[in-house]
Amino acid sequence: MTAGSLDTKSRLAAILLSIAVAVVLGGCVVLSTGANPLSVYLEIVKGAFAGRGLAETLARCVPLVGMALAVAIALRAGLVNLGGDGQMLVGGLAAVLVALYLPVPGPARAALALIAAMGAGGLYAWIAAILQLGLAIPFLIASLLMSYIARGVTSYLVRYPLRDPATGMPETHRVLSSARLPNAILDLPISMGMVIMAVVAIAVIVNDRSGVNGFEWRITGLNPRFAQYSGTNLPRQTQRVAFLSGALAGLAGALLILGQQYRFTDGALLAPGYTWSGLMAAVLAMASPVATVVVSVFFAALQVGGFAMERTLGLPAVLTWVLQALIILCLAARPVLFRKRRT
Amino acid sequence: MIDMLLSQVLDLMTPVLLAAMAGALCERAGVFNIALEGKMLVGAFVAVAASIVFGSPVLAVLAAVVCTAIFALPLALGGARFGGDPIVIGIGLNLLASGLTTYLLSALFGVTGTLVDPTVTALPRFGLVALAEIPVLGAILGGHSALVYLSWLLVVAIHVYLFRTRWGLRLRGIGEVPSAAAAMGANVSRYQTSVVVVAGGLCGLAGAVLALGSVALFAENMTAGRGWIAVVAVMLGRAHPFGIALACLGFGLADAVGLRLQGQGLPNQITDIAPYAITLLAMIGLGLRGAAKKMRNA
Repeated sequence: MTAGSLDTKSRLAAILLSIAVAVVLGGCVVLSTGANPLSVYLEIVKGAFAGRGLAETLARCVPLVGMALAVAIALRAGLVNLGGDGQMLVGGLAAVLVALYLPVPGPARAALALIAAMGAGGLYAWIAAILQLGLAIPFLIASLLMSYIARGVTSYLVRYPLRDPATGMPETHRVLSSARLPNAILDLPISMGMVIMAVVAIAVIVNDRSGVNGFEWRITGLNPRFAQYSGTNLPRQTQRVAFLSGALAGLAGALLILGQQYRFTDGALLAPGYTWSGLMAAVLAMASPVATVVVSVFFAALQVGGFAMERTLGLPAVLTWVLQALIILCLAARPVLFRKRRT
Repeated sequence: MIDMLLSQVLDLMTPVLLAAMAGALCERAGVFNIALEGKMLVGAFVAVAASIVFGSPVLAVLAAVVCTAIFALPLALGGARFGGDPIVIGIGLNLLASGLTTYLLSALFGVTGTLVDPTVTALPRFGLVALAEIPVLGAILGGHSALVYLSWLLVVAIHVYLFRTRWGLRLRGIGEVPSAAAAMGANVSRYQTSVVVVAGGLCGLAGAVLALGSVALFAENMTAGRGWIAVVAVMLGRAHPFGIALACLGFGLADAVGLRLQGQGLPNQITDIAPYAITLLAMIGLGLRGAAKKMRNA
């Protein structure tokens, strides 16, 4: 799945070709509903960068890069993590609990909330890894089923025991402003979330390029038997990678809550579909960390542009979701385009 | 009371059962099909859209089957014939289904959320005359839509096809050792391609039951994980039609009991997770048994 056989140049060509074909196919979808594809695409591009668009795109990059890297590091080591929703929810819940109720000063609460979120998200994914190692339940299935369970449990908690009765919504109390993450550092339009995510992204990239761990993960993803022969402890590595992947998803949830939403509202973390956009970004980037970050930024711009397009043209913004899925399918169908028969 | 519950179980399990039969065929042919969820969603959407256009439930079901079979083509051609990664294609199809149905719902019908229309009618329900005479069983087994009975027939038919016909034998051979099957003269990619397309049609049927069986509406992402439960049911039943049917029965029971408890005042956020929790627990139980067996043998 990581397509390690492709060198960077042909990978880039493949991705660009997929995007081009998907744009044409998406245009056909727009045409079929009686709208003009050219003006749709123009509005998307304008909306993503013009005016407030750029700031919105940057804000959206934070969770998207996080969820995409969460999938990518797992994918690199051969694990398909479909449970990002659950890990994000569990992490977000842990973060909001610490930020609301831990009796320490504000900034310490924020820091501890981030750590708690990473721990909770990581543990939630680690359980799925244990289920795969011990009971032969595929990680993909276990992590996904656990997402539905996390969704039900967090929704219940937020609606009943943790609910803020002052609002009519199913949500917790607001996090105090001292425990929130700053939205502007040194009066620049750079939020704390962006800084943290940038540091994480650099760490993942460096580890992948020159860390022993990163090398071992990549080899495992390419050929697990070879990795085992050459001394990798596969079960331990699976647990570690799953934990880190879940921890990243939990961190993404916590950054959204402490930096943008300030409370845990039922459904608010999942509604934008960060898990699935992140999954698509990581798959499109063939799990290369650098490419994953680039594709995530591209997807964030696409989505923000989609919302702007919805405001000006009235066509549903979910069109950008269709485009993302089409890009993935075009990439996967590449062998068809190049007529490479398997047998 | 109990007969009503069991009757509801049969209604609730049917979409999952049909999708799981699709999954079983693909599994036997050696194609890992995780696109059941998305294909079911497309089937549900087409069934409701076609109901509005044609005003006929029969045409609606047919349209759902045909369109979903077409929607399965990327997996059939890309995955089975040209060696694309079936997991990537499956994920792509699931997300495409979710996005496309939501987009078309809004662009074609001007609706977000749920599409209800007076022209969309639920599939007619009828009892099997022979069954209606039996006291308790009559109430449980009678009064379902034709697709519910068809799903039971399909379980038997697929079992017979897989284990009692030479084509089924070939299919299983292709799934287990493709190279040997190819050496014996079976056309591996043609078999796999057609199986994936047929499975797409079955998922369309599953979607039609979901949308037109008891509710007669389409809602965004209304499959809500049922396609994934079908994937698990195939694993639990080890790709045997009867075993899968049993797993689906368990799922239907969890779903129906959950709905009942909701009626008793339990919050629906908790009862909603019953099917997933039961499914995961069943996987864990099976895994423990497998692990214990391995320990004994070691």
